[in-house]
Amino acid sequence: MTEKLTVATTSLAGCFGCHMSFLDMDERLLELMTIARFDRSPLTDIKHCSERVDIGLVEGGLCNAENVHTLREFRRHCNILVAVGACAINGGLPALRNHIPLEECLREAYLDGIGVEQPGIPNDPELPLLLDQVHPIHEVVVVDYFLPGCPPSADVFWKFLTDLAAGREPSLPSPMLHYD
Amino acid sequence: MSHPTFNLDGQDIPFSEGQTLMEAATAAGVYIPHLCHNPEFTPHGSCKLCTVKVNGRNCSACTFPASAGQQVLSNTRELNDTRRALTQMLFVEGNHLCPGCEKSGDCLLQATGYHLGMLNSRFPHFFPHRAVDASHPDILLDRDRCIFCELCVRASRDMDGKNVFGIAGRGIHNQLVVNSPTGLLKDSELTVTDKAAQVCPVGAILIKRHGFETPIGQRTFDRQDIGTEALAREQTAEGLTHD
Ligand code: SF4
Ligand code: SF4
Ligand code: FES
Repeated sequence: MTEKLTVATTSLAGCFGCHMSFLDMDERLLELMTIARFDRSPLTDIKHCSERVDIGLVEGGLCNAENVHTLREFRRHCNILVAVGACAINGGLPALRNHIPLEECLREAYLDGIGVEQPGIPNDPELPLLLDQVHPIHEVVVVDYFLPGCPPSADVFWKFLTDLAAGREPSLPSPMLHYD
Repeated sequence: MSHPTFNLDGQDIPFSEGQTLMEAATAAGVYIPHLCHNPEFTPHGSCKLCTVKVNGRNCSACTFPASAGQQVLSNTRELNDTRRALTQMLFVEGNHLCPGCEKSGDCLLQATGYHLGMLNSRFPHFFPHRAVDASHPDILLDRDRCIFCELCVRASRDMDGKNVFGIAGRGIHNQLVVNSPTGLLKDSELTVTDKAAQVCPVGAILIKRHGFETPIGQRTFDRQDIGTEALAREQTAEGLTHD
C-alpha cells in the first residue's frame, strides 16, 4: 500500500469509553500507525476532518444539536462511516432519559435534584441545545459498519481496521460480538 | 425402532407421530432459532423466529407437525435474514439497553442476536414508555424488556395455577399486565418459587438480589452460542429424545 489509511474519530453523546478501549490496543497501536494515520480526533486534537478521510469512527449517540452537526460533517468527509459502541448504535445508556420529558430532566439536574447548589438551568448561547430524545446515529446518516459493545474491545477495533486495511470485508467472529 | 423421516436442510430427521418440526429437529441435534418456544410449554407460535420453509411455504417449526417426506429449509440466508429482521424489530419496539441489564449474557433475545450476527438495530427505535414495577419484595418486572412471548402467562396459568400475568392492548400498545387488585406485582399471588418468576427468556422478570452472582463476561452466552446451549438444555426436557 502506498498511502496510509486516514482515520478520523469523534465522541458524541458517549462516555469516551470506546476511545479508551481503542487505546487498549496498546503496542499494536504502533503497528497500526504503520498502516494508518489519524485525522480529526480527540487523540490528535485536530478539530475538523480533511477533505477526504478513509474511515470515520463515531462513538456516542445524538443528544444535542452539536452532535447532529458534527455527525453530518463526519458523514460528508468520511468514505466509510462506522458506528462504534452501544450509544452510537442504539442510543445506549444516555437514551434512558428518552421517556422522561426534557423539562423534567433539566429540573432534576439543575433545580430540584439532591445536592444542587445555585440552582439555575444553564442557558448560555454557546451551549448546544438538547434534543428531546437521544437517538442512534443511523437515524440521521447512512452508516456503513457497526461495531457493537459497551465498549467494543480493542480486539474488535484491531480486527476491523486490519481487515479494511488488507482489503477484506470486515467481519467479527462470534466471540467478539457483544452488546454489553 | 425405525421412524419416518423428513428432510431438513439436506439431512434426514426421524420423528415420531405427533411431533412438531421443532421437537424432531431438537431431538436430532439441529437448532432452529426460537424465542417463544420452550419445550416445557404448549407451543405459542407468536414470535416467528422459528419460521422454516416446508415444501416451499413458510411455517412455524414450533407448531407445525412433522410428516414423512417433507422438504424443510431452515438454515438458509433468506430465512436467517428474516430472523435477524424480526430480532431487530423486537429490540426497537422495547427498550433494550444491554449494558445496563442484569440479564445480559444470559438473555435469549441477545443471544439470538449474536447467533444471527445482528450488528445494529436497523429500524428507528420506538423508545416506548413502559412502567417498571419494583413493588414486589423479591421480583422485579421491567416491562421495557418484555418481548410478549407469554411464557410467564403460560407458566402462571398452566403450571402455577395462579393466572398472575396477561397481555393487554394490541400491536405497539401491548403491555404485560398483572392480575392483582392494584395492578401491582406486590399484591399478586406471585412468589419467587413460581415457574412464572423463573421462565422469562429476557430481563423483564428478574429475581431481585441475584443479578450479578455471575460476572458479566463469564455468563452462558459469553461462553457459547445459543445453538449449542439450547440443544443441550432442550434435549434433556422430557419426551424429546428418541428411543
Ligand atoms: S433483556 Fe436481553 S436484549 Fe434486552 S436489554 Fe436485557 S440483555 Fe439486552
Ligand atoms: S415478561 Fe418475559 S416471559 Fe413474560 S411475556 Fe414478557 S418476555 Fe415473555
Ligand atoms: S418459536 Fe415458533 S413462533 Fe416463536
